[in-house]
Amino acid sequence: MMRQDAAELRALIARHKRWDVVFGVVGLLCLAVGLLTFAALFVDMLVDGYARLRPEFFTEFPSRRAGQAGILSAWIGTTMVMLVTAAVAVPLGVAAGIYLEEYAPKNWVTDVIEINIGNLAGVPSIVYGLLALGLFVYEFGLGQSVATAGLTLALLILPVVIVATREAIRAIPGAIREAAYALGATKWQVVQGHILPYSTGGILTGVIIGMARAIGETAPIITIGALTFIAFLPPSPVMAEPPFISFEWLMSPFTVMPIQIFNWTSRPDPAFQANAAAAGFILVFMTLAMNGLAIWLRLRIRRNIKW
Amino acid sequence: MQANTLPLPPRRERAGERVGGPLPLTLPSPRGGEGNNRLAHRASRRVKERLIEAILFLAALVSVFTTLGIVYILVSESLVFFRHVPLWDFLTDTQWTPLFDDAHFGIVVLLSGTLVSSGVALAVAIPLGTVIAIHLSEFAGPRLRETVKPMLELLSGVPTIVYGYFALLFVTPLLQKLIPELPGFNLLSAGIVMGIMIIPTVSSIAEDAMRAVPMSLREGSYAMGATRFQTAVKVVVPAAFSGLLAAYILGISRAVGETMILAVAAGMQPNLTWNPLEPAATITAYIVQVALGDLPHGSVGYQTIFAAGLTLMLITLLFNILGYWLRKRYRETY
Repeated sequence: MMRQDAAELRALIARHKRWDVVFGVVGLLCLAVGLLTFAALFVDMLVDGYARLRPEFFTEFPSRRAGQAGILSAWIGTTMVMLVTAAVAVPLGVAAGIYLEEYAPKNWVTDVIEINIGNLAGVPSIVYGLLALGLFVYEFGLGQSVATAGLTLALLILPVVIVATREAIRAIPGAIREAAYALGATKWQVVQGHILPYSTGGILTGVIIGMARAIGETAPIITIGALTFIAFLPPSPVMAEPPFISFEWLMSPFTVMPIQIFNWTSRPDPAFQANAAAAGFILVFMTLAMNGLAIWLRLRIRRNIKW
Repeated sequence: MQANTLPLPPRRERAGERVGGPLPLTLPSPRGGEGNNRLAHRASRRVKERLIEAILFLAALVSVFTTLGIVYILVSESLVFFRHVPLWDFLTDTQWTPLFDDAHFGIVVLLSGTLVSSGVALAVAIPLGTVIAIHLSEFAGPRLRETVKPMLELLSGVPTIVYGYFALLFVTPLLQKLIPELPGFNLLSAGIVMGIMIIPTVSSIAEDAMRAVPMSLREGSYAMGATRFQTAVKVVVPAAFSGLLAAYILGISRAVGETMILAVAAGMQPNLTWNPLEPAATITAYIVQVALGDLPHGSVGYQTIFAAGLTLMLITLLFNILGYWLRKRYRETY
């Protein structure tokens, strides 16, 4: 009798353990679906666009003939827009992060700001495009320019930079602040001399992830009405004669990589779609490289933490 | 160890850098010049500190102004729009032809595209994301977890326009082999690709929630003789349920607001349908379509995109509130 019970019990346990194995396999399959899709996407882009990935592709303007079209205006436009985005989002985001971690008193204003940042991160990117269309393009009269696009993307990635800054600052032990205060340092001296230097790595990681997101954003830039066919470059920021530096490029019409890809993808001619694949491969490669850099940086920081 | 044997620099040199310490080496004398200097220095420093704090505060306020700006722009342009188009028509009309002479403004048409594509995306992302999260949190060893998580993060970093290309020119032809009558533009392939795109969002938040479940619960379950799978499904998942809901809600928000995949792969024809095999424009794709054209500022066509944007915001808001309420209802505290 007892022996029979034990046998039944063993069978039951074995049956339940089988589910462990089944689920382990199912989980791996699900992971494989995600990762294989990614691999398929990468390989598909490379195969479709391989023929177009030549040096001339980077030095030619878009053209009516697919074989001669290139991404010169697109990558220069992307670079310029990213410069504006970084110049706006990094100081604002870091300053806001420092304020919230080091200065903010516990009151309703701080609560509003914090809840607000959380909500902003969930706002669809196209809504930022509508904001920019109504505010920057028409109310501020900036037009469909590099400056408008840069500001729009800066607002878009601001929550990412703020959150990264806060996390980096929070990781600094309180003893460091206390030591500095004990020596008579003021708040700003603590921030400047200790908080900022120690959190630079973490902030940088967040900035890179934010920029990688901004570089691929298409919807908000289309929404502000950026042109899709640009066969000229914005005026150069550096000149041969005084005053040497010009800011005309800020107000210039532009195109960026994602918009160029969108334009080429929506044409029925497969030759243009090959262009889209080539440009898409470059864009994926760029975002991957940036994200990879951020992940590597994060691992390095985690390993080198001294406290 | 005697601290005062250290060579101290002359006092005058140090006066500049000795910054408001609570223990001045000499008391500031009311008559002496040095004391007045120090008081002035201290006052100017206080002004500087205040100024810096004000600047940092303004930087933090930018995010609040962004929200206010979004609400102001969407509401003010939509108000003008609703002066031309009654709200009732906007909600009940079954045609969306804002640019025709016989203009109709039935948001349901665009809404159907948005809901169907999001539904497909969630049908992919929620099961896959949940299983991946359970696997990474309860089954996988630390080595697998540490290699797979960054790779999944990369998956969510791919620009959406590239996913759009992939949906249109890779997934759709693939699906057409299974379903020969599938048109070139359809909600199904856009939705599937969108679902795969949001898997990392769902899985990483769900995994965080499950990892936050205290070890003692699992130990209790194992002690009662439960297997890994039983522990995961019957103990950990219910305990982390509010976190799972948060992950799903975030996934929904992303799916509803997603633009480029749909604009590229689902077509831009407004089409009132609940069938994922058909092409249809979503709210976001419509905004893109109008922005690509050349509508004059201030026309009704121009205002439609703000009304559409406001609808989009309200849907996301609705889901966020729902998520907040559900999270509160199902929260377990330890």
